[in-house]
Amino acid sequence: MENNLWEKLRRSLAIVDKNIRIYYSKGPVIIFGLLMPFFLFLAFYIGRNEPIEMLIPGLLGMTAFFTATSVGPAIVPWEARAKTLERLISSPVSLWTIFVGDVLSSFVFGILVSAFPVAAILLIGVGIANLLLLCFGLVLSTFCFASFSILLSAYPPTDNPATVMMLSSMIKFPLVFISGIFIPIGELPVWGKTIAAISPLTYFTDLARYSIQGTSYYPVALDILALILFTVAFLFVAIKIHEHTILKRL
Amino acid sequence: MLTGVVKPDKGAASIFGYDILKQGLKTRQLMGIVPEMANAYVDLSAWNNLMLIGALYGVSKKQRKERADSLLKKFELHERRSYLVKGFSKGMKQRLLLCMALISEPQILFLDEPTSGLDVESQRVMKDTIREYNANGTTVFLTTHNMDEANQLCDRIAIINHGKIAAIDSPERLKVQSSGLQSIEISFDNPVNTGELLMIKGVEKVAKMGDKLKLYVDETSPVVEALVDYARSKGLKIITLNTLAPTLEDVFLKICVSKTCEREVR
Repeated sequence: MENNLWEKLRRSLAIVDKNIRIYYSKGPVIIFGLLMPFFLFLAFYIGRNEPIEMLIPGLLGMTAFFTATSVGPAIVPWEARAKTLERLISSPVSLWTIFVGDVLSSFVFGILVSAFPVAAILLIGVGIANLLLLCFGLVLSTFCFASFSILLSAYPPTDNPATVMMLSSMIKFPLVFISGIFIPIGELPVWGKTIAAISPLTYFTDLARYSIQGTSYYPVALDILALILFTVAFLFVAIKIHEHTILKRL
Repeated sequence: MLTGVVKPDKGAASIFGYDILKQGLKTRQLMGIVPEMANAYVDLSAWNNLMLIGALYGVSKKQRKERADSLLKKFELHERRSYLVKGFSKGMKQRLLLCMALISEPQILFLDEPTSGLDVESQRVMKDTIREYNANGTTVFLTTHNMDEANQLCDRIAIINHGKIAAIDSPERLKVQSSGLQSIEISFDNPVNTGELLMIKGVEKVAKMGDKLKLYVDETSPVVEALVDYARSKGLKIITLNTLAPTLEDVFLKICVSKTCEREVR
């Protein structure tokens, strides 16, 4: 019986394994998760005479954000369409177990892909003031973005992955532009700083900037606390909405 | 509803003493489900589908592998175990669904139209498996529109009409309880007056069918005795006499039609 935390985690890991085998080779995941942030970064980087240290927090932020949110929103509609959602719901696992599995798979994908730019930065010899903090921030924020990804699929209760991908892009892209990725938060006008405060991505780029350059707009503790609070809120709200909407997808 | 996919708006149900709403995880742990719509993961291999379902039911890795191996062999899918399910025929998918339902060794097996659209061989495998697991103590809950299948496989049948149980009993009792549906087919060496046969107690209707007569009766045995007495008294010789039980389809139609009529009268 799924009556203890370890058993729940084991069943969530079975869902992680399934998600990685099925969804991470799908076209939209490759496009939205890998190619999009790469070309967005190139579009921003080419032709600007910014030092690489200025750009790396933005690159890491975009990579973690886009990869961790690339498949999460589409899993539930995909499963609803294939009728496999019915199978998951009728198996002896709670919705929490299913969605923790979805979040963990997005987290694993986000971390694996984000490890490449971190490795590249180290290889080209970019100075990092606090590598441990950068790695910790990357893990925390990737989990936060992965939690955000299941919130993106919570409403409307559709079985059409394209609808969810379109709606989630409408939310994800504006977030990239208000989160201090292209312009550091300190250089934004007051209204820009106010809007930036509502984006979880802001706190990761700020934390990454501190880890690499040693300066940040918010105190580091605030960045970490904000990421933890966003994670808890995303998970809780997403699963509560899914609890109300999931049967409407069948 | 019993499998947790549809939420009941009222009422209560329990499986092996567990409330389906309050103890949903416990009830689902006891079940194996073969849905009407093939819903294995088509982008996974047969083997990985079994590993996934086994893990979701908390079956240990060692047992998962052993059971998967034996089930795939039993249902003749072992050679295709590493192929993606998207390349499987309907019969193969249905056999895989049965393997997925059985990997947790469930105490209750739900099957929704398990043989619908299957080839003869897959139908046979499905029916044999249902009989085998039922004989070994697994409760089988089968939903079907196929009366012949229900008649062959079920110990108890519930006939559902417009979402309500219209009748529930064993197949033979359902047939017997349907008065007027039992009949006797008889032929004599000389023509008889059908009006006289209608006078026999228990005969509801007499129909001439070629050189035979079909008598619709409440109960067969007293009428058979009365017919023998009638033949003797008239100096007739009985050439053939057969008692015919109603089919389950007759019972179903009678129950559903009478319930529909009741609703219309109300």
